[in-house]
Amino acid sequence: MAKEYGLLIISHVNEIATGLAKLIDQVAADVTVKTAGGTEDGEIGTSFDKINAVLDEFKEDKILAFYDLGSAKMNLEMAMEFSDKEIKLYETALIEGAYVAASLLQADVDLETIEAQLDPLVIKE
Amino acid sequence: MTSIEKVSQWIEIFGEKITANREHLNKLDTAIGDGDHGSNLTRGAAAVKEKAAENDYDNLANFFKDVGMTLVSKVGGASGPLYGSAFMGMAKKAKESDDMAELLEAGLEAIQKRGKADVGEKTMIDEWAPVIESVKAGSFNQDVIDESLESTREMKATKGRASYLGDRSIGHIDPGAQSSAYLFEALLEAGVIDG
Ligand SMILES: Nc1ncnc2c1ncn2[C@@H]1O[C@H](COP(=O)(O)OP(=O)(O)O)[C@@H](O)[C@H]1O
Ligand SMILES: [Mg+2]
Repeated sequence: MAKEYGLLIISHVNEIATGLAKLIDQVAADVTVKTAGGTEDGEIGTSFDKINAVLDEFKEDKILAFYDLGSAKMNLEMAMEFSDKEIKLYETALIEGAYVAASLLQADVDLETIEAQLDPLVIKE
Repeated sequence: MTSIEKVSQWIEIFGEKITANREHLNKLDTAIGDGDHGSNLTRGAAAVKEKAAENDYDNLANFFKDVGMTLVSKVGGASGPLYGSAFMGMAKKAKESDDMAELLEAGLEAIQKRGKADVGEKTMIDEWAPVIESVKAGSFNQDVIDESLESTREMKATKGRASYLGDRSIGHIDPGAQSSAYLFEALLEAGVIDG
């Protein structure tokens, strides 16, 4: 059964994003995980348009987002300003943060508790 | 009074400079980044040119908004959202003012809001801030552009990809400051600011 929150992974490299989604699927089969990795033409980078399009694909209205490097965050924040969805951006280490969030979402843990678990994983400002 | 003709000329010249100096920008970005700054912006400049040719603008706000949105979509990297935000910030300001110093200041504010950087962190802001001060003071010229650019060489990057290099970022001109230097050279050449 689908959950209240969906999970978005943004990376400069498509394979990093899809690889992490694969890792997460194993422990959180019911959580919707979508990725925006690389640029539109498959190069290394992040793309506002791509993030924007992926956000629209979620049927969930609330999304937890995780990213790798700084410019991914800037593109994500721009997309957040254009989106109607409620998106929360986390400054954790990408893999650990997304993994923890997905595992807890799968177990129907509430957001406050999830965020408490994410706190020690924050490594970006 | 800032005219739409001069402003569109400004952006056109900026695009030409970026395109002509693509390899130089890539080289600067190779030293302290990932080597794509010139390619990123050249892609954006081509898209902006195409967009501008499709439309007949009669006000600054609409023009800046299209430039900003196009840059966000096409440039990518850090500089896409940063330059994009700058022009969208100018678009918003242009609804109430056509004073170039005020417009540029709104652009800088938008860059800072997006990237959370301040002066002295070895970014494009180190080009924008002194240029804006000089425009306000009526002393804007090529020297201001060149000196600001050169000042980024000895700075240590604390924002953006170059910050991952720590002290190793010292000794190189910041690529974003260089592209912004082209932006302001184009501003001079287009005669947007008298003096
Ligand atoms: N947080 C920031 N605030 C202001 N400017 C920044 C910031 N991060 C990066 N920049 C600017 O962006 C330039 C790099 O742009 P670009 O190479 O296109 O992006 P990326 O670093 O994602 O490859 C830097 O030289 C710097 O001037
Ligand atoms: Mg780069």
